Amino acid sequence: MNSKRPVNLDLSKFSFPLPAITSIVHRVTGVALFVGVAILMWMLDLSLSGEEGFNQAKDIFQGFFARLILWGIVSALLYHLVAGIKHLLMDLGIGETLEGGRLGAQITLVVAAILVVLAGVWIWS
Amino acid sequence: MVMSVTSFGRSGVYDWMVQRVSAVVLAAYVLFILGYLVASPDLTYEAWKGLFSNACVRIFSLGALVSLGAHAWVGLWTISTDYLKNGVVRFLCQALCGAVMFVYFVWGIEILWGL
Repeated sequence: MNSKRPVNLDLSKFSFPLPAITSIVHRVTGVALFVGVAILMWMLDLSLSGEEGFNQAKDIFQGFFARLILWGIVSALLYHLVAGIKHLLMDLGIGETLEGGRLGAQITLVVAAILVVLAGVWIWS
Repeated sequence: MVMSVTSFGRSGVYDWMVQRVSAVVLAAYVLFILGYLVASPDLTYEAWKGLFSNACVRIFSLGALVSLGAHAWVGLWTISTDYLKNGVVRFLCQALCGAVMFVYFVWGIEILWGL
């Protein structure tokens, strides 16, 4: 490989198009979910361990920080789901043009934002 | 064709397919569980226990668990090969991811089928 190729990795100088931003968020939420799954499985384990454990899990989610963390995990999950569905649609040949890609990124962000707000209302009500 | 020993299915096309099929299983499972929780605001222990005692739900959960391992592996493999240029660091990171996935898998089976 030619080692004299120009390199410009000053990320602050890049102008990221919207599809690039939705793509990196898809990756970040994916990594976050890989960690978050541990918390979800821990809660599932506790809630299925018996009546006492079930109530313990319920009590944990009365706390502010526990709800915040849960909202974070659910939000990452919802974003990852919406962006993933967009991927599958693009695999089917829908929205593969440059304009389609931009529109798809916009729809992904709007739909995910709505779902994240709804999830927040659900968790805090 | 370029082959990588750490690639899940030994070929990009196979990985691509594994990623999509596991994604569909996980999406269905997430919508099922979230839908159940949203529809049961006053969830009791008996109902929750009953849900996961159902054979179909257990099999569905096991399918989601297997899909989680495959899906996360392809995703984390892709990300780690993109950002971690040092071979040793990348290998250790991927080994850690694989170990965590194995723990999730064993733990999940233990939760589903009890002791």
